[in-house]
Amino acid sequence: MSWAHIRAVAGVDLRRLFQSKDYWIPLVMMASLFFVIIPFFVLSVISSLEQSQFVDQLTDIVGNLPSSVNQAVQGETPTARASYVVAVFLLAPIAIIVPLTISAAVGSNAIVGERERGTGEYLAHSPITTSEIYVGKLISSLIPGYLATFVGFGIYAVVVNITVGPALGGWFFPTPGWIILILWVIPPFIAIALSIILRLSARVRSAAAAQQASSLVTLPVIILSYSVAAAVIAAPGASGIWVGAVAWIAAIFLTIRGAKKLKRERLLGVASDV
Amino acid sequence: MTVQMDGAIRFDAVSKAFGPIRAVETLDFVAPTGAVTVLLGPNGAGKTTTVRLTTGALIADRGSIEVLGMHPMHQGDEVRRRAGVVPPKPAFYDQLTGTENLRFAARVFGASEKAALEAAERFRIDDALDQEVGGYSTGMRTRLAMARAVIHDPEVLLLDEPTAGLDPESARDVLKLIRELATRGRSIVLCTHLLHEAEGIADHVVLMNKGHAQAAGPPAELAARYMADPIVIFDAENRAALEPLAKLDGVIDTTWNGAVHATLKDLDRLPDLVASLVEGGARITRVEPIVPTLEELYFEMQRTHRPEDVDS
Repeated sequence: MSWAHIRAVAGVDLRRLFQSKDYWIPLVMMASLFFVIIPFFVLSVISSLEQSQFVDQLTDIVGNLPSSVNQAVQGETPTARASYVVAVFLLAPIAIIVPLTISAAVGSNAIVGERERGTGEYLAHSPITTSEIYVGKLISSLIPGYLATFVGFGIYAVVVNITVGPALGGWFFPTPGWIILILWVIPPFIAIALSIILRLSARVRSAAAAQQASSLVTLPVIILSYSVAAAVIAAPGASGIWVGAVAWIAAIFLTIRGAKKLKRERLLGVASDV
Repeated sequence: MTVQMDGAIRFDAVSKAFGPIRAVETLDFVAPTGAVTVLLGPNGAGKTTTVRLTTGALIADRGSIEVLGMHPMHQGDEVRRRAGVVPPKPAFYDQLTGTENLRFAARVFGASEKAALEAAERFRIDDALDQEVGGYSTGMRTRLAMARAVIHDPEVLLLDEPTAGLDPESARDVLKLIRELATRGRSIVLCTHLLHEAEGIADHVVLMNKGHAQAAGPPAELAARYMADPIVIFDAENRAALEPLAKLDGVIDTTWNGAVHATLKDLDRLPDLVASLVEGGARITRVEPIVPTLEELYFEMQRTHRPEDVDS
């Protein structure tokens, strides 16, 4: 496999995406909404509450959580503890929704888009192997989602520390669970979703059909990922490392399988089942 | 038809179907090395499928294909590395500039950016390289596609309807550029249904219809095969003196079309015929053997291969 070819395929896609305002403005808006606007609003409101039914309920829920999780919650006052729970546990899995949604939107159009534009014909006549095309497309679909998450995570950390930090005695975020989630668990989950979405993108007749199909795939992956993300943050350490390792193995397996399945004729749109 | 000769591209009894549609059916032909081979045929003749099979973009159901001594099915990447293709309606990444599209092609084929710029200069598209390709005219897109196809100096160049949609001036320019490439010793396959496009550029013609090669060979050889009886135009100051021509030995037929068009058994008889006419008092002003155009040859070949004609 030639990395120069993979870089060429991924590079031209990324250049195209980032030159298109139609693409990156919604991306920025979505990331801002989930990583900045909603967290800032929710955490500001909770932090300002002295005592409320919501804070009491949240305190009860935390009290019923496993002791390891319970002990991890920081804060001296009920409000501070409630703010910590919301900032670290409840909003955390959002980090998995943003990259999956963005990457799914890009990935669903990745191969069928080449076919619809006609550039698939050029790729089909080129010395780039179908595996290189597949991996290049996977990378170019993964990077926007992961980049948005990585940058959004940094901004989210600032928002959390500004809104909740004073009540907890200073900057406390990111926690170890978040670091494992962002650096180790999220990338393979995006790759798992994309390996399925790219195969759909190669098989369907139009970009519209690809987006329909990808949303069906993305939803269960988001639900699964959300659960996993919540678990990793609640119980960081070895379990998070293992979850990530299993996800990486699944992602590599599905990527290799997907790369082998892509046929050159699918770039031309003349496969018998296209 | 069994192909005997070697060449840059060789198809031997190749078939390819898409479901019930037989795009190519027992196709045999050879594209000689260093020559311009024209795949001539109507729309749906299987020309585009033939190009796709040549590079291994499609895999044949049956038969054998060799390109530069390699099999596209097993050595497709190497075949594609040494071939350049201009597809019909060439497509680009329209949001990117001409430079960015050529840079991508250079990376794909392992060519330098200098080679990309040289290719752009050769096809006179270098002035527009900073513009987004989405704003290019059809002629500019074709020039960029040609530049992109030769960026790695391919040994085989496959041009599928390269002048489709071009105005006559741009089409003439593109054909001129193809001729220039041919003089550099590259093996070129040009697919077209436009007879005038193939005229004067074809070293070798493959007449295709319904996925099959009906006839193949150099135009002169095909003319000798399909238009065996030479036609000579005679004219004279006193045209009535040409009337005896029809009865002379060696003349098969004559028709009046401004001048006399005489179909002869053999061109060797021409000096005797002229001498006879002069002896009969004809003051001859014109004696011109007709070299059949590709168009005349095409229609003659099509007529010959019509099922009813073959049956009769």
